[in-house]
Amino acid sequence: MANRFHTVVVKVENKAGVLARVAGLFARRGFNIMSLAVAPTDDGEFSRITFVVDVESAPLEQVVKQLDKLINVVEIRELDPDNSVERELVLITVAVGADERSEVLELVQPFGSDLLDEGDGKTMLSFSGTPARVDEFEELLRPFGITEMQRTGRVAMTSLIING
Amino acid sequence: MMTNGGDALIKSLELEGVEVMFGLPGGAILPVYDPIIDSSIRHVLVRHEQGAGHMAQGYAHATGKPGVAIVTSGPAATNMVTPLLDAYMDSVPMVCITGQVAYSAIGTDAFQEADTTGITMSVTKHNFLVSDAADIPQTIHEAFHIATTGRPGPVLVDLPKNIVNPADPSSHFEWVEPTTPNLPGYNPQLEPDRELVRRAAELIIAAERPVLYVGGGILKARGAESLLALAELVQIPVVTTLMARGAFPDSHELNLGMPGMHGNYTAVMSMQESDLLIALGSRFDDRVTGKLDGFAPDAKVIHVDIDPAELGKVRKPDVGIQADVRLAIDALLEAIGELGGADAQTDRTNWRSKLSGYQEKFPLVYEDSQPGDALKPQFVLERLRDNSPDDTIVTSGVGQHQMWASQYWKFDHPYTWINSGGLGTMGFSIPAAIGAKAGMPDRTVWAVDGDGCFQMTAQELVTASAERIPIKVALINNGYLGMVKQWQEMFYDERYSEVHLSQALPDYKMWAEAMGCAAIRVESPEEVDAAIEEANNINDRPVVVEFRTDASEKVFPMVPAGATNSELMVDPSQQNDGGL
Ligand SMILES: Cc1ncc(C[n+]2csc(CCOP(=O)(O)OP(=O)(O)O)c2C)c(N)n1
Ligand SMILES: [Mg+2]
Repeated sequence: MANRFHTVVVKVENKAGVLARVAGLFARRGFNIMSLAVAPTDDGEFSRITFVVDVESAPLEQVVKQLDKLINVVEIRELDPDNSVERELVLITVAVGADERSEVLELVQPFGSDLLDEGDGKTMLSFSGTPARVDEFEELLRPFGITEMQRTGRVAMTSLIING
Repeated sequence: MMTNGGDALIKSLELEGVEVMFGLPGGAILPVYDPIIDSSIRHVLVRHEQGAGHMAQGYAHATGKPGVAIVTSGPAATNMVTPLLDAYMDSVPMVCITGQVAYSAIGTDAFQEADTTGITMSVTKHNFLVSDAADIPQTIHEAFHIATTGRPGPVLVDLPKNIVNPADPSSHFEWVEPTTPNLPGYNPQLEPDRELVRRAAELIIAAERPVLYVGGGILKARGAESLLALAELVQIPVVTTLMARGAFPDSHELNLGMPGMHGNYTAVMSMQESDLLIALGSRFDDRVTGKLDGFAPDAKVIHVDIDPAELGKVRKPDVGIQADVRLAIDALLEAIGELGGADAQTDRTNWRSKLSGYQEKFPLVYEDSQPGDALKPQFVLERLRDNSPDDTIVTSGVGQHQMWASQYWKFDHPYTWINSGGLGTMGFSIPAAIGAKAGMPDRTVWAVDGDGCFQMTAQELVTASAERIPIKVALINNGYLGMVKQWQEMFYDERYSEVHLSQALPDYKMWAEAMGCAAIRVESPEEVDAAIEEANNINDRPVVVEFRTDASEKVFPMVPAGATNSELMVDPSQQNDGGL
């Protein structure tokens, strides 16, 4: 199952409608986008979009080629999970009031998470790490009752030293 | 120099060398129509925007120059969707200008607002929504650049009314000449990789049963001469797909004709039995391959295409070369020379004699028309072919008449066959012929059309009359949506559902005359030649020759949908000769 998830990083011109063009190509093929993160790069003329798609490799190769044909797409790479660094950020609010708060903070302490807000019988925490660690963080908090959660979707870059 | 968006648009089109454009005005594009009065560009006023799009396509097919269509917002823009997709599927260079509501009104459901760039995103190579009048010259330049380079295709430019309307201050700006396109994500690769070319040359030299499988890309790359040189050097037979008819002379002994669903027996079987398919600007369309599992099972594949997404899309190539196909052929010629040239090749006597055996045994056939008999459509096309100038441009609609035109015409020159291959758009023929004739006024242009197709775009004959664009229409009137009827006859137990049209309603002769055309009706074989001669001599207005043909004729050979090409059905009269 795991190898059906692919991380595709697309560098695009930072222009109106470009995200719709890129996302439209996935949609037309019926590919489900699991997560999507987009923001300008260091050069404001370009943005970088990180997609995680759930698809087998062969059809993905065709979509990557089709994406490359979009005039506004400058560069496109599929990241090899063994040779890339991935991060994701999550904000979670749990139904934890003042009386239980210290217990929860102690529990999540190994994650180095941030306490973002508290009150109204709730506690809002944030954590950033690998997607797997974010999953663990979420599972750890679930028993306390998650009232709201927002994950950013992953961003990724190629490792500085490539293995094998 | 201060200018406004409307003037700047027309000036930008003139700078691109546009000589003719096809369109119809309306509210949002009105300001642009005012400077057209003073422009050197000829504007052809169509009767339906779909016609403008197909005319632009026909013009582009015939001349190699980008076709231009210009229409207003909303319903006019949506009327362009079919020709845009048609041009996209067949890689036709075309620029379409659409009007749009004022920029500030976009998203408000304003009168005649359509999300034109959104709607056309998947039917264009690229599209632009221009927000600033000062961007018009550069955008138009980039639109033509994108439409005509790499794999050609349609580009749409959507212009909000405020930026082209001189009464609106936002349309005013200081003219700046366009500069080199700034498209960091667009760099078509034209030059082939020499190492891949060498490997392809080795495969060609070693192949025992090679076939050159030639598609429309050859024509787009202006590669017909290079193809001829290659075929003659290596003496390898050529099949020309529906989009490539004319790219290699039909009268050449190496030409096996059209492959595919209605291809001839030899062309289809040459691919099935081949050990090396040399695919040049072709894309393994399902109408060519039949059921993919059974297609050319023993063949290695060399695939050359300018679009890397074509390589491996359908059939994984053994050598895939991303390049302009003309440059790739030229490189192949060199590489084959370096490896010893034609003399170094495997002996292919058996292959050649096998193919010529097929040609002898399974030529295209139909039952001759006898005087007094119903008129055979194939006979009409043969007579038309033999009685028209050698460099006649032929356009066609979609259906049986299209397949007979492709099968029975002898195309000996590139850019003489214009049809809707990928999309199969009924109604393509007449507007495409008008576009071709507008671009090539000295050539005879015959639109081969079906009665169903004719009824979809016939109103453009009014355009042709009014604009004095004297095309000729050969209307193959079988009274049916014939191709659909053929499928119902063969695969639905002769249960005919909604395919009958009537040969007499409408009265095509009266209708053609009402549209300003000369009109001739032909009902029997002995009238055919005289009618064609008469039509060929009418050059002051369009002419429609209505041929009332035998509705029972079917197109053969045929590969049934879902079958492999080896299950090709030949004409019933040949079926006991070992064909299926
Ligand atoms: C716009 C459009 N609608 C429907 C079809 C499906 N179709 C393909 S061929 C055909 C029949 C065409 O009839 P006619 O123009 O009379 O040609 P014939 O086959 O009789 O020669 C139809 C309906 C199509 N290709 N295009
Ligand atoms: Mg018909």
